[in-house]
Amino acid sequence: MSDDYQPQSAVAKWIDKRLPIVTLFSGHLMQFPTPKNLNYWWTFGGILTFCLITQIITGLVLAMHYIADANLAFASVEHIMRDVNYGWLLRYIHATGASMFFIAVYLHMARSLFYGSYKEPRELIWIIGVFIFLLMVATAFMGYVLPWGQMSFWGATVITNLFSAVPFFGEAITNWLWGDYSVSGALLTRFFTLHYLMPFLIFGLVILHIWALHVPGNNNPEGIDVVKGQDTVPFHPHYVVKDVLALVVFMIIFAGFVFFSPNILGHSDNYIQANPLQTPEHIVPEWYFLPFYAILRAIPDKLGGVIAMVSAIAILAFIPWLDSSKVRSCKYRPLYRQFYWILIIDFIVLGYLGAQPATGIYLILGRLATLYYFLHFILVMPLIGYIEKPKPLPKSISEPVLSKEEQLAKSGQMA
Amino acid sequence: MDTKKDIDAADAKVTRRDFLYLTTGSFTAVGAGALAWPFISQMNPDASVKALASTEVDLSPIMPGQSITILWRGKPVFVRRRTEEEIAEAQAVEQIDLPDPETDETRVQKPEWLVMVGVCTHLGCIPLGNKGEYNGWFCPCHGSHYDTSGRIRKGPAPKNLEIPNYVFLNDNTIKIG
Repeated sequence: MSDDYQPQSAVAKWIDKRLPIVTLFSGHLMQFPTPKNLNYWWTFGGILTFCLITQIITGLVLAMHYIADANLAFASVEHIMRDVNYGWLLRYIHATGASMFFIAVYLHMARSLFYGSYKEPRELIWIIGVFIFLLMVATAFMGYVLPWGQMSFWGATVITNLFSAVPFFGEAITNWLWGDYSVSGALLTRFFTLHYLMPFLIFGLVILHIWALHVPGNNNPEGIDVVKGQDTVPFHPHYVVKDVLALVVFMIIFAGFVFFSPNILGHSDNYIQANPLQTPEHIVPEWYFLPFYAILRAIPDKLGGVIAMVSAIAILAFIPWLDSSKVRSCKYRPLYRQFYWILIIDFIVLGYLGAQPATGIYLILGRLATLYYFLHFILVMPLIGYIEKPKPLPKSISEPVLSKEEQLAKSGQMA
Repeated sequence: MDTKKDIDAADAKVTRRDFLYLTTGSFTAVGAGALAWPFISQMNPDASVKALASTEVDLSPIMPGQSITILWRGKPVFVRRRTEEEIAEAQAVEQIDLPDPETDETRVQKPEWLVMVGVCTHLGCIPLGNKGEYNGWFCPCHGSHYDTSGRIRKGPAPKNLEIPNYVFLNDNTIKIG
């Protein structure tokens, strides 16, 4: 493009010839041609980057005060809350930030599913995304263990015991994970180390995610290929401004949780110090794990439950090949769109059931919801591609907008 | 529309957009500063440290010519009950000779009791008592000599030994900090 970055000063030219970093950032964050019809569902990429950086910075600061020791961890978290200057704020940002991160990532994934952003040629972006999600799950779980409260301890016990379902080697694997014969300080220190490491692995994957995205460019609400130049606008200022506006709204909600109800998304039992001799009456994971927790409990078999739960995430990686339709956007898929919303409701229902006791009607509903979750991907997605007659696709991304304006002009004349 | 255009033309120097830029920029700068402050402030001494920032010392067991060292804010504090000769020696010094001129009177509340932070003002080592050419303290690290009032007399240290804030709670007890 003609307005590519051209170094002006002698120093800038000298640097750019040896390390074209400004050219790189300018090309990918300023000039990058972006479809001009992206809606606000496309702002979650920027929001998620903000979430990751917020978690890394607040986490770094918390690690300056936290002590990863079974006898001292709980007290050190209270020390952060009571003694450290603004420690309460930093911890609440970090804890709430985890929830906000998952809200954003679920919406980001729902966007990709609706508009078919996982389809050719963007399969690898999606698969990298699934791995990022998997790392987020692991990081969030390990972070929740660090305060060493009752929920931390028993959450760690339940989740690490999942590995005991492995035939023959189960006990050896759990003992290896624990570094002990039960959950103890040895697990706490290794979880702290890994919790510190994983965000940087996520950061690396995010770079690959964006790199892979910038090869074909963004998908768009119409789901059709765009013509560069005619259908695109430079990322800056158009989408920088749009992303920032969405980010500010997101930050207002974030701040609302941090300042007015920082504990609403957590569990009060985690303010009781870990006690290896007493399990809390009702164990629930953090809200963002509830759908997967419901799937785990729906299967009346130890190994089966674990396999189902892991599969629930793993199956996402295969979606690009499970979906047989050539049409990307659900806007033009009248039949699949219905099932898309059923899947979304199913996932929310699973989340609700995960928080309920696994008995009676809840268990039956949990099994039905789990069944649909898997059927959606294994059966519905491949079949509908053959059955469905998609609506005619527009010739360009401008067409739906222009025809809408024309219609408006006509109705205006009539009125 | 025409009147609006006229107004815009008249105020062409300051536009609505300039105002928006300035207000947005200012709010962003103030917001960023407010957000950055907790991240900076969290490294300052916290409430648990501040709660331990003062120390009481019982003076009754200290005989003339003896000194004790106590820990205050992680640093040694020398409390010395000086003899008559030491006081006389400290008071007799000509101010003009000193690198950091201070009279002995300004350095003590009661001449008998000398209370000072036992950290050499050169590079932070702890000076040794009853040593040096001036019968006071001597720093083994780089050879600074302090007199019986803790004033620097010879060597690389630039300042006299620091006097902490302290009060006599009664004749036999002081509170430092």
